[in-house]
Amino acid sequence: MILAEVVGTVVAPVQIPVLDGETLLLLRPITPDGRPSGKTRIGVDRAQAGVGDRVLVLDEGNSARQILGDPKAAVKTIVIAVVDYVETGGKLVYDHRERGGPHGTNPR
Amino acid sequence: MYLARVIGRVVATVQYPGLTGVPLQWIQPLDEHGAAMGDALVACAVVSTGPGDLVHFVDGREAAMACPETFVPVDAAILGYVEQAYANGKFIGRDAAAVTR
Repeated sequence: MILAEVVGTVVAPVQIPVLDGETLLLLRPITPDGRPSGKTRIGVDRAQAGVGDRVLVLDEGNSARQILGDPKAAVKTIVIAVVDYVETGGKLVYDHRERGGPHGTNPR
Repeated sequence: MYLARVIGRVVATVQYPGLTGVPLQWIQPLDEHGAAMGDALVACAVVSTGPGDLVHFVDGREAAMACPETFVPVDAAILGYVEQAYANGKFIGRDAAAVTR
């Protein structure tokens, strides 16, 4: 699994049937402190994530097929979770609740 | 899965039997700014696309699974035709005139 930031959306009207009705998100892999790392990719959204969210992304075929429930699905990148916060070395480096807005409404 | 632009066609008359009838396209992967990301490559077009089109493709074992014949030596396959890709307040690739025919 990789940590990524949702940077955009992708709309594909013509695609393989297994992707019909799925939301595609443009994902930029990042390090825990938010620096870009690795190649930008497209993932199937299975976590109701939106642009600006930090997410967990699965980039492996067998697990992806298991989530989609289709043993023949030719898909390998899936957004499986929206990250609440990231802590490294005892420090909070990212906190979703501080973003504000409908998803990240600050409860404090 | 990655975003890419089709920059050309590849025709191979003699190829692995399971690949007959599957078009090959020359594609350039793109990043979230629409800039080229890494080297261009050849991919099987599972959905019909042509030079200039924005597409998304998958690499690795899944590429062969997308093909009509699933046990074929393929490591990249175009899975969809992208109509719109939006990031950082901009549509990706709308102004790109770098189309090779």
